[in-house]
Amino acid sequence: MALVQLTTPVTVEQARSLRLGDTVEITGRLYTGRDAVHHRLHQGVKPPVDLNGSIIYHCGPVMVQQDGKWVCTAAGPTTSIREEPYQWEVIRDHGVRAVIGKGGMGPKTLAACKDYGAVYLHAIGGAAQVCAERITRVDGVDWTDLGSPEAIWHLWVERFPAIVTMDSHGGSLHADVFAASQAAMAKLKA
Amino acid sequence: MTSATAAPPSSPPASTGSALRDSLVELIRVTSTVLPADVVRAVNAARGAEAKGSNAAYALDVIDCNIGLAKTKSQPLCQDTGSVLFYVHTPVGYDQVAFTAETEAAVRIATTRGHLRQNSVDAVGGKNSGDNVGPGAPDIHFHQWHRDHLEVILMLKGGGCENVGAQYSLPHPQHGGRDLKGVENAILDAVLQAQGQGCGPGILGVCIGGDRSSGYAHSKVQFLRPLDDRNGDPVLDDLEQRIVTKANQSGIGPMGFGGATTLLGCKISKLNRVPASFFVTISYMCWAYRRQGVDLTPAGVIQKWIY
Repeated sequence: MALVQLTTPVTVEQARSLRLGDTVEITGRLYTGRDAVHHRLHQGVKPPVDLNGSIIYHCGPVMVQQDGKWVCTAAGPTTSIREEPYQWEVIRDHGVRAVIGKGGMGPKTLAACKDYGAVYLHAIGGAAQVCAERITRVDGVDWTDLGSPEAIWHLWVERFPAIVTMDSHGGSLHADVFAASQAAMAKLKA
Repeated sequence: MTSATAAPPSSPPASTGSALRDSLVELIRVTSTVLPADVVRAVNAARGAEAKGSNAAYALDVIDCNIGLAKTKSQPLCQDTGSVLFYVHTPVGYDQVAFTAETEAAVRIATTRGHLRQNSVDAVGGKNSGDNVGPGAPDIHFHQWHRDHLEVILMLKGGGCENVGAQYSLPHPQHGGRDLKGVENAILDAVLQAQGQGCGPGILGVCIGGDRSSGYAHSKVQFLRPLDDRNGDPVLDDLEQRIVTKANQSGIGPMGFGGATTLLGCKISKLNRVPASFFVTISYMCWAYRRQGVDLTPAGVIQKWIY
């Protein structure tokens, strides 16, 4: 388990070099994209930004306008499993190399990570201030018709922390913990 | 008791001209930005239980840091400022219609100031109202009492933890019959299914009995209890302790990373049921357990913070 400095855009080789349990610090561009964005991409709508080599952040931030500029005042991860029906396709079709969220994702996404070279990065759920502190600029926003929490925000981050919990080699901490806790619970049954 | 007032706003907000509205805006700000003392104590205790250098310890360290930052900066603990749930006691004869209008105005102001995210979405059209007001939002539960003052408790419950709530109907093929064993197995299954999705370590609110709607409503009311209290019903108290002990032996851990603390607490109550139904309803609260309350004079001036 290593501490890896990751900058965007991310190459396939970089994504494949990451292993389960590695800690990463990301510097560069994150695009927020959650439920409505994934649904719209699934419908075949062309993304408003080039997602090749990009990192998508499952996040609906709190944004306020100060002196005509957008400022992000809270930006932790949202639950990723809701994107499970769509994420594999977005990775395949748009060259997304990493997804940041919380709670982990399922077998379709894990297979896409393996097939196309991508990773799932876990940020700490609820830690909206720790995450927002690493967002140094808001450079733009697209698809505002979806509402602020669902829009694609262009965030610039410096040393944004996350843990690799699904890698491109078939490893998933979430699958491991589920299996172990299921076995433990079976023994604890009343 | 007084800790909630410790976080100053970054700049003194302008008065709205209504004492009640000002108080409600302040209640929203504090609830969104300052974790209650009982929850902070529980998070701190959990930090001591995780292995040094583990992912679980890392998660709890980040959570601790986040609690401090949110309070200092007077910014939301979590970007999902959740469902806005008010539990209100008023003197008999108090004007609830006027109170509702003031609450909606306060919610709009708190949204503009960034204490609340724009979080209320038309369920069919998908349009965000932009001000957290709309059908069902905010959600206000009124009760009357024979006292002179108002009690207003606010809970902000995020969608991640709301989504992992569950309702079981007993008997159940995997979990058992209409007895405490069946109840216990159903609750533990909800914990297993939730994994880290609800931003654990979590807190459970449980209702045994009731119907499908009262079960969920009552399970959420359990979150108004102080985290370190004990259930006055010895049977339920025993069940609460057992659920926490067993959940923490599951190895799910903070954020589902694996570890020693899966639950910070479990609060269980019961409602009478009809003979044909036996529901066990579980609401899950994330570690960012945002609930705070105030006692108000009839004119709306804050007398006391509750948690």
